[in-house]
Amino acid sequence: MLENVILICLGIMSAAAILNMMRLLRGPDLPDRILALDTLYINAIALIILLGLYLASDLFFEAALLLAVMGFVGTVAVAKHLMRGDIIE
Amino acid sequence: MDISCWVDAVVAALILTGSLFALIGSIGLWKLPDFFMRLHGPTKATTLGVGSLVIGSLVYFSSRGEGLSLHELLITIFLFITAPVSAHLLAKAAMHQRVRRIDKTKGRPWPQ
Repeated sequence: MLENVILICLGIMSAAAILNMMRLLRGPDLPDRILALDTLYINAIALIILLGLYLASDLFFEAALLLAVMGFVGTVAVAKHLMRGDIIE
Repeated sequence: MDISCWVDAVVAALILTGSLFALIGSIGLWKLPDFFMRLHGPTKATTLGVGSLVIGSLVYFSSRGEGLSLHELLITIFLFITAPVSAHLLAKAAMHQRVRRIDKTKGRPWPQ
């Protein structure tokens, strides 16, 4: 039962990632694209966790945690760059 | 009824709820008409959805007889801490860039 539910959830998360990708390609302004990229990071974390559940492996959580840190740092850096024209002042 | 069947049912409910919340957040990111409205979808719905999904995975890996595995909770805590910070920075960057907005968005920090 659980395998089928995980496959359905993988499909749902892939649909969400496709919607984010469409907003990333279309987004009229730069903050839209940054927001879509941040959401794509979070959806990638969800996909990695679902893959770890599907393979019943405990090794995927380090990758998910690393991706969370990288997504936050990247979003903050690009937003600061948009605000100030500089990241570390 | 076996205990593992109930654990499977709880995990299935948690990850299905989380995926649906994340899908709702992405639909909001795609459909809403304005950047300041689009900011609401991912920062609330998607964060809550991924948190629920991680808790489902925590329940699954804790039920496999290798003790309580709490290190998945780090991802949830980190996401719940950092999502408001990045949303605040993105809103400030959007106000600095003066992105276009529709008339129903309240608050007028600049004339348009």
